[in-house]
Amino acid sequence: MELDAKIPEGPLEDKWSFYKAHARLVNPANRKKLPVIIVGTGLSGASAAASLAEQGYSVQSFCFQDSARRAHSVAAQGGVNAAKNYQNDGDSVYRMFYDTLKGGDFRAREANVYRLAECSLSLIDQAVAQGVPFAREYGGYLSNRSFGGVQVSRTFYARGQTGQQLLLGAYQSLMRQVELGKVKLYSRHEMLDLVVIDGKAKGIIARNLDTGAIERYAAEAVVIATGGFGKIYYLSTLAMGCNGSAIWRAHKRGALMACPSWTQIHPTCLPQAGDYQSKLTLMSESLRNDGRIWVPKLTDEKRAANDIPEEERDYYLERRYPSFGNLAPRDISSRAAKERIDAGFGVGTQHNAVYLDFSKAIKEQGLDKVKEKYGNLFSMYKKITADDAYEAPMKISPAAHFSMGGLWVDYELMTTIPGLFAVGEANFADHGANRLGANSLLQACVDGYFILPYTIANYLAGELKAEKVSVKHPQFEVAEREVTEQLERLMAIKGTKTADQFHKELGKLLYDKCGLSRSAAGLNEAILGIQKLHHEFYTQLIVPGTAGEINAELEKAGRVADYLEIAELMCHDALSREESCGAHFREEYQTADGEALRNDEKFCYVSAWEWTGTDAAPVLHPEPLVFEFIKLSVRSYT
Amino acid sequence: MKIHLKIWRQKNAAAEGKMVDYDLDKVDVHMSFLEMMDTLNEQLILKGEIPVEFDHDCREGICGACGMMINGQAHGPVAGLTACQLHMREFKDGETIYVEPFRALAFPVKRDLKIDRSAFDRIIQSGGFISANTGQPAEANTLLVTHEEAESAFDSAACIGCGACVATCKNSSAALFTSAKISHLAKLPQGEKETAKRVLKMVTRMDAEGFGHCSNTEACEVKCPQGISVLNIARMNWEYTKAAVLKD
Amino acid sequence: MKVAILKSTLSRKNLMALTGLFLCFFLVIHLLGNLQLLLPAERAEGSFNYYSDLLSGNIFIMMISYVLYFSLIAHAVDALVITLKNKKVAAKYVYDDRKQVSKWYSRNMGILGTILLIFLVLHFKDFWYLYKFGAVPVDKEGYKNLYVVVLYAFKSWWYVLLYVCAMLALGYHLLHGFKSAVRTLGLYHPRYASYVQIFGVIYSYAITIGFSVIPVYVHLTQYGLWN
Repeated sequence: MELDAKIPEGPLEDKWSFYKAHARLVNPANRKKLPVIIVGTGLSGASAAASLAEQGYSVQSFCFQDSARRAHSVAAQGGVNAAKNYQNDGDSVYRMFYDTLKGGDFRAREANVYRLAECSLSLIDQAVAQGVPFAREYGGYLSNRSFGGVQVSRTFYARGQTGQQLLLGAYQSLMRQVELGKVKLYSRHEMLDLVVIDGKAKGIIARNLDTGAIERYAAEAVVIATGGFGKIYYLSTLAMGCNGSAIWRAHKRGALMACPSWTQIHPTCLPQAGDYQSKLTLMSESLRNDGRIWVPKLTDEKRAANDIPEEERDYYLERRYPSFGNLAPRDISSRAAKERIDAGFGVGTQHNAVYLDFSKAIKEQGLDKVKEKYGNLFSMYKKITADDAYEAPMKISPAAHFSMGGLWVDYELMTTIPGLFAVGEANFADHGANRLGANSLLQACVDGYFILPYTIANYLAGELKAEKVSVKHPQFEVAEREVTEQLERLMAIKGTKTADQFHKELGKLLYDKCGLSRSAAGLNEAILGIQKLHHEFYTQLIVPGTAGEINAELEKAGRVADYLEIAELMCHDALSREESCGAHFREEYQTADGEALRNDEKFCYVSAWEWTGTDAAPVLHPEPLVFEFIKLSVRSYT
Repeated sequence: MKIHLKIWRQKNAAAEGKMVDYDLDKVDVHMSFLEMMDTLNEQLILKGEIPVEFDHDCREGICGACGMMINGQAHGPVAGLTACQLHMREFKDGETIYVEPFRALAFPVKRDLKIDRSAFDRIIQSGGFISANTGQPAEANTLLVTHEEAESAFDSAACIGCGACVATCKNSSAALFTSAKISHLAKLPQGEKETAKRVLKMVTRMDAEGFGHCSNTEACEVKCPQGISVLNIARMNWEYTKAAVLKD
Repeated sequence: MKVAILKSTLSRKNLMALTGLFLCFFLVIHLLGNLQLLLPAERAEGSFNYYSDLLSGNIFIMMISYVLYFSLIAHAVDALVITLKNKKVAAKYVYDDRKQVSKWYSRNMGILGTILLIFLVLHFKDFWYLYKFGAVPVDKEGYKNLYVVVLYAFKSWWYVLLYVCAMLALGYHLLHGFKSAVRTLGLYHPRYASYVQIFGVIYSYAITIGFSVIPVYVHLTQYGLWN
């Protein structure tokens, strides 16, 4: 299979304008004849649904949550980047493009990343118009803060709840279209299969989570906006319901998956306290502006943090990365923490954390100043741990956070199945091997508001004359039967282990072998381990109740079944990439100082994987990354 | 620690429900309330029983999915938290804990502790937005919003839509929820234009959904995980009267 | 304005607030008049009877009194309508500890209001009805002598006690009612809202103490220890 990314010709800065100027359009009168299905109501899904409905398409929107407003975009804290250069500090579209590409360790497409930076400008305008209460200067102009990995202030924020506010803006726009009758919203519906007819995506099979009914929905195009699958590690910063099922079912119907193993592990999260733990809460990256990260110099240190004298503390980030210090990028900080924890210097009852210490900041800036900057985060920390971080250092540890990988899409955000689009975190497009802070909200919004509405029209224009598909088509029959059979299969096992137990085991295995650092030996072990777990899952799983009613355990089981398959692909992906880049760190490929060693000669490509069957190995289709406009360099933060 | 639970079990919307007793040993004090529920459910499943259904998702207090009456209070005894942020250290060893769904005529129970809060969505869709199509807006900094206006709008906009305000209100009033959105948008120059139309539509929808009157007891503000002020309700009342009087 | 608007929850509450605040205003006038009862007996009699006559004869006052009757009835009927709807939509919990997060009197305005309504029936019967339609003696100026009616009424200690209890109910009703009314009418400015709230508390105390002191004073000076 030849992968064509369909990058428009011409200079970098003109590619998107050129595309827009030449893309096919659909006459307003014809748009309502073209139904579009959008799965997911997070930032990318809600913004796409609202934007398409405004243009006149008839949209069917799906989410598994009980309300569109609860999609996990809501939890993003820090902010959203845009190259507005309001601070007059040298920002520009080009600089943002370069920072993002470098941050991703040069494993993304130039044209996509440039477009992301370019569209960032309009996003802020759009969000402000929707009523997003971004932070303002006293005079009324928009305020900015700085974020990791860049040297300008380009992050727009609404206190520590930027994701929530952006999502509410998109959700409200979506609900406005629902009221106008242009969007039909199906909450508590989970997509369980994609229906492909004559090679084109023409609908989905969804389960009504309130009744258990299996339902068919037909459309002229399907958009997957279901976010990332970092929850595969079980312990993550994601919501309990986040899953990879929609993209995985699409993958099994023929859409390629790109770089699935590239998962961002966020360095500042709360550590695991016990086996019962369901989630690792993220503490905003902004804490690293003033907090100093350290571990004791002695293993098996018994003293409380405050009793350990200065000379017996190892400020390992400052030691290893003197110029960036505690503000080193996420992948690097997380890996450095893991290195110390694995070497036996971890703190806390489980020896799985490092200290994030504010005593110096409090001494130098005063308690009030620190309270003003981080008060809400400190009180969140106290709510969860009952500890006062003003008195003693916080304990933090890395946790799975963001999937850079996802469905392979071309420049038009279309997967390898014509008519199937993937937007937001669900796709692999803009972040390369590591995402910069405050770029995820941006990408989700830009995909939904400004890119998909153009590219989907280009596709739909060709579908106007095509025969309209009905849900009575035999392919719907087949897909529905397969979905039902899978659910029946899960229900029928009646074993002795719950879906959560399998999920926890899988998560632990994956975190150890295909997490912060990977090795060929470990990955091979992991593949065997996952296969074993996969087998055990289908013989030992227990799902209570029935499939014809509300059944959270059945929902979980379905997701874990997919996770088991995704996990195996992740390991294959990590194994095949014999280099270290961004979040992907192969122990065999590192410099003498323990830094990532990229191999541009052999691995300057996107790994796109094809599903070939349950018992067959996935097939790799590399999409070479061509850098016409910038020169690849070593990503150094020392 | 050991706890004794009395949990509302109800098979579906039509079925009668009742409180059922469960004992749980070896509860870790650092568990969140929902992790305690996970632990209970795992034990139930392994015993061949049907686990307790409850709404939850982000488990960090922002999605607004979780919500239950814990010991007779919305989101439990501690103010300013969602159920997922409540930890077992707030309870005593051997304590009996009552768990019920959020209740209101407008929030029918779907199963056990799971409820239908779609009435909130319908209130928002009736007018809780600014009519700005994608692509229309002008350059962001051409519209000045003072620091105070933005902060005040944020205070109202922080609502997570959990429904604790309704659950804790003796009249099941949705005044705090509805007013927070009206206020958020009315406080901003870009949202102010549509205030009159918005408030009339949203209040009409709120009433049609079967929520009660606001008696200004202020219980909602106390139990709101985001601490949304009851002054938003005053703002809604003012905007409503103004709109009603000036309506042509 | 459409009927739908008038029937909305907010409009119903506005009616409660407006009628309630008018009654609050009336209470001030009523109290100021009644304070004459605290004057030395001989001055009090003349002054109070003259004042009563003035009120009953003046056309302007007559009009106000119709507003008063309307307010009382509308306030009560509206309260009933609101309460019935609230009862219909509100939740019932098996275990309910919601009382922790609000003041008891804010949750029980209906009960306090019912107490006040019963009291008002009594109050109207004993004074208003008697003055208007009953046989009241005439004082030396020729005015109906309401003063002696008052003195007679507060002869028994249990009647005084009843009055004081009713005034306590009134006090709590006002404590929540005044603030609630102002909120309902839409005062949302944080600073002024807090000023008005403080004013409401002072007002409620003043009315309660004022109206409670009169029967106690009358009883004690005429029949009690001080006589």
